[in-house]
Amino acid sequence: MKVGVMILAAAFYNEWMRKLLNLPPQASSIAEGVDNLLFFVIAVTTLVSIGFALVALVLWAVYRNKGKGTVGQVVHPGIMFEVVAISGPLFFFLLWFFIGFRQYVEMESPPDDAMEVYVMGKKWMWKFAYPDGPNAVGTLHVPVGRPVKLLMTSRDVIHSFFIPAFRMKKDIVPGRYSELWFTATEPGSYEVFCAEYCGTGHSMMRGEVVAMKADEFDQWLAQQRNGFASRQQDSAVSTEEAPRTEANMVLQGQRLAGEKGCFKCHSVDGQPHIGPTWLGLYHRHEHLSTGETINVDEPYITESMMDPTAKLVAGYGPVMPTYMGKLTAPETAAIVEFIKSLRNPELQAQPSEPPTYEPSRR
Amino acid sequence: MSLAAVEEEPRHPEGAEPDYIRGKSGVMSWVLTLDHKRIALLYLGTVTLTFFLGGVFALALRTELLVPENGVMDAMTYNRMFTLHGVTMVFFFMIPAIPGVFGNFFLPIMIGAHDVAFPRLNLASYYLYLAAVCLGLWGMIHGGTDTGWTFYTPYSTTTTTTVLPILAAAFVNGFSSILTGVNFIVTIHTLRADGMHWMRLPLFIWALYGTSVIQVLATPVIGITLALCAVEHFLGTGIFDPARGGDPILFQHLFWFYSHPAVYIMVLPAFGVASELVGAFTRKPLVGYRMIALSTFGIAFVGFLAWGHHLFTSGQSAVDAGVFGFLSMLIGVFTAIKMFNWVGSMYKASIVMAAPFIYTLGFFFLTVFGGMTGVALATISLDVHWQDTYFVVAHFHFIMAGAVVMMFLGALHYWFPKMFGKLYTEGPAMVGAVLVILGFIGTFTPQFFLGNEGMPRRYYSYPAHFQWLHVTSTIFAYILFLGLLLVLINLIVALANGKQAPNNPWGAPQYEWDIPSPPTEHNFPATPVINRDPYEYRGQEIIENAN
Repeated sequence: MKVGVMILAAAFYNEWMRKLLNLPPQASSIAEGVDNLLFFVIAVTTLVSIGFALVALVLWAVYRNKGKGTVGQVVHPGIMFEVVAISGPLFFFLLWFFIGFRQYVEMESPPDDAMEVYVMGKKWMWKFAYPDGPNAVGTLHVPVGRPVKLLMTSRDVIHSFFIPAFRMKKDIVPGRYSELWFTATEPGSYEVFCAEYCGTGHSMMRGEVVAMKADEFDQWLAQQRNGFASRQQDSAVSTEEAPRTEANMVLQGQRLAGEKGCFKCHSVDGQPHIGPTWLGLYHRHEHLSTGETINVDEPYITESMMDPTAKLVAGYGPVMPTYMGKLTAPETAAIVEFIKSLRNPELQAQPSEPPTYEPSRR
Repeated sequence: MSLAAVEEEPRHPEGAEPDYIRGKSGVMSWVLTLDHKRIALLYLGTVTLTFFLGGVFALALRTELLVPENGVMDAMTYNRMFTLHGVTMVFFFMIPAIPGVFGNFFLPIMIGAHDVAFPRLNLASYYLYLAAVCLGLWGMIHGGTDTGWTFYTPYSTTTTTTVLPILAAAFVNGFSSILTGVNFIVTIHTLRADGMHWMRLPLFIWALYGTSVIQVLATPVIGITLALCAVEHFLGTGIFDPARGGDPILFQHLFWFYSHPAVYIMVLPAFGVASELVGAFTRKPLVGYRMIALSTFGIAFVGFLAWGHHLFTSGQSAVDAGVFGFLSMLIGVFTAIKMFNWVGSMYKASIVMAAPFIYTLGFFFLTVFGGMTGVALATISLDVHWQDTYFVVAHFHFIMAGAVVMMFLGALHYWFPKMFGKLYTEGPAMVGAVLVILGFIGTFTPQFFLGNEGMPRRYYSYPAHFQWLHVTSTIFAYILFLGLLLVLINLIVALANGKQAPNNPWGAPQYEWDIPSPPTEHNFPATPVINRDPYEYRGQEIIENAN
C-alpha cells in the first residue's frame, strides 16, 4: 500500500515537473533518468537565484540608508562564511557532475545487440538506411523496446541529429561516423531537428522518428524488404547516390568494394596481402605502428578509408590512397557493412599478420 | 586620498587646471587625443552605436520569430541577421564596452596615475577597434555573412556569402583587445601611486587585471584561427575541411579555446563594476575583499581549461567530456564566492537606492540564474538535450549579455557625474532600470522553456507549438528596447541640461570621487599618496540623493 502510494506520488511528481518545465514526453529508456536530474538541477537553480534576489531585497528593506551621512557597520563575517560560500556550491555542482557523467557514459555505450541504422545528413534532409533492407528519407522507423544504434555521417557540413523526446543529440561530421543509440519506450511519432546550423534550409531540416511496437516493426521491415513501400518512397524523392537495384547493404558493399579496387590489396578469405585481410576484421584488436592496440569499429574503418595513414596497422606501409571524395556516404556505409558481415565468431580474432611484401621504409 | 604629500611641483601652480573636456577644443583635440579620459569617451560613443545596431538586429530577429513561417524577411536575411547580431554584440560591444570606456577612464585615476602607461598605444587600440567596426559595417552593407558568430567549419569555408570582411573585422578587433590588455597590465604594475599596494587596489582594477591577462593570452589564438579559416576559404588549404583532408572539429577546439575565456573577458569587468557599486551603495567596506580579488584569478585560470564543454555532442571521448565537465564546475564555485560576498556586504549596511544599485540587484538575479544554468549545461547528460537549443541562448544572454548590460548601464549612471560633471535625473533613470531588468528577464525566460521543449537555435521557421513562447519573448524584447531608449534620452537630457555635479555626489568612499567632477586633464595636481583602503568610509555625505 505504502509503496503503491509512493510510486503514484513519484509518477505524479515526474509528470507535473515535466509539464511545468515544458519538456517533451519521455519516450526513451534514458529520458526519465535525465529528467530527474534536470528537475533537481533546475529546482535548485531557481530556488537559489530567487533566494539571492529575495535576500538582497529584504536586506535593502531592513538596512536602508537613514540619513545622508550614515554609514553601515563594518562586518567581519569570519572564515566560516567563506567556507560555506565555497563548500555549498561545490557540493551541489560535483554531485550533479557525477550523476550527469554516469548518465553520459551510459549514453555513449551502445549495447552489443543494438539494431543498426545508417543515417546520412545532407543539406537539408535526413536519409536512413537499414543494413538488410530499405532506405528512407525523413522518417526513421524503430521498434519499441529494442536498442537502436545510429551510425551517422554527413555529406557536406556539420549537422546534428536531435530527438527532443529521447533527450538525445549527436553532431554529424563529414568524413567521420558518429554513433547515437537509444531504446524507444513509447510507440508514437517524435520530432527530429537538425541542431547544428547548416545554412538557408537549416530550420527545415526536420524529420520524425516513428516508434512502433516490435511485431508491427518486424512486419513493416518485411514489407519494406519486399520493396513495396521502398519503391513508393524512391519515386517520391530522387536520391542520386543510393543504388536502387540492391536494397541489401552487404551486397551493395561487396559490389562497391570490387568496383573501387579494394580487393587489389585486401583479401576476404584471411590470406595476407598488401593490406590487412577483411575477414574477421570487425572488432579485431589490431596493433598499430605507434604501438597502441585498437578495437576495429565503424569509426576506425571509416577513418582508414578517408585518412588511411592516420592509424596504420603495424607492419603495413602507408600505401593506401584516400577515398575521401571518391566514395559517397551511403557507399562508405555499404562497404563498412560488408566488412562487418565478414566477421565470423568462430574465428579467433588475432591481430593481422605482416603483409606479403616488404613495406617501404620512410 | 591624501593630497598633502607633494612629490613633484604642481603643474598649475597659479590656479586650478581646467577640466579635461573644456581644457582643449577643436576636432583634432579629440581625434588625436592621448588623454585616457577622452579616449574613453571616444569608446563610449562607438560602443553606444554598436550596442544600438546590435539591438536593432535583435529586434528584427524577434519580430521575424513572431510567426512560425515566413514573416518579415527570408531565411537568408534571417541567417545574416543573427550572425551580425552576434558579431556586433560580442566583438564590437561586449568585449570593448566596460574596459574601453570605464577601464580607460578610471583605471589611471583609481591607482593615482596621470594616464595609462602607453597613451599612444591606447589611442592606437581605439583606432584599431574603430577600423574593425568600419570593416564589419562595410561587410554587412556588402551582403553580410550567414555563418553565425562562431564561424564553424566547413560551413564557413564553403559559404558563398562575404565572410572575409567580417572575419577580418574580428581579427583586427583582436589586436585592439591585446593592446589594451598589455597597456592595462603595464599601467597597473608600474604606475600605482605611493601607498597603492596590491591589497589596496580597487576590485574593479583587479577585475581589469584578470581580464587583461586573458586578453593577452587568448586573443592571439582566435586571430590565428580566424586567419586560417580565411586562408582556407580562399586558398583551399584543407586544415578544417574534411573534403580536403582537414578536421572540422579542430576548428571548434581552437575557436572555443579563445571564445570560452572570452566570456570572462566580457563578464569579469562587469563583476568588477559590481564590486564598486556594492562598495559605494552599501556605505560600508566590502565583505571578503581578498576572496573577491582572488576568485577573479580562479575564474581567469580555470576559464582556460573548460572550453571542451562546448563540444559534448561533437563526438569527443567520454573521458574528455568528463574532464571538461568537472573543470567547468569549478568556475561556478569561484563566481559563487563573489556572489556570497556581494550580497553578504548588504548585511548591516546603509543601503542607498538609486539607479546604479537597481541595476546591481538585477545583475545579482541574472548572474545567479545565468551562472547556475551554466552549471546545469556543464552537467554532461543534460547538455546532450540542451546543446544548441534556446536553453543555451537564454543561458548566455542571462550571464553574458545580462551581466554586461546591467553593469555597463550601472557604471554609466554611477560614474556619469564624474565623467561629465553633470547630474542625471534619478526618477526616469530608476524607471528605465526597472524596465530594462523586467524586459530582459521577460525576453529570455520564455527562451529557457523553448529550449526545454527542444527548440533549436538559429531556426528561421519552427513548428507552431513553439509560437506562444516566441511571441511572449518578442513582446518583452520591445519593452527592453523601450527601457533602453528611456535610459538614453534621460542621459542625453542630463548631458545638455544636467545640474553641475559636486565631487562626490554619492558620498562614496572610492579614490576617484576625491578629485573634481569632471577631472582635470592630469587627474591630480601632483602624484597622490594613498594612505587608506579602497572602501574605507570617512564620513562622506551623500549630496545628490533622489530618495
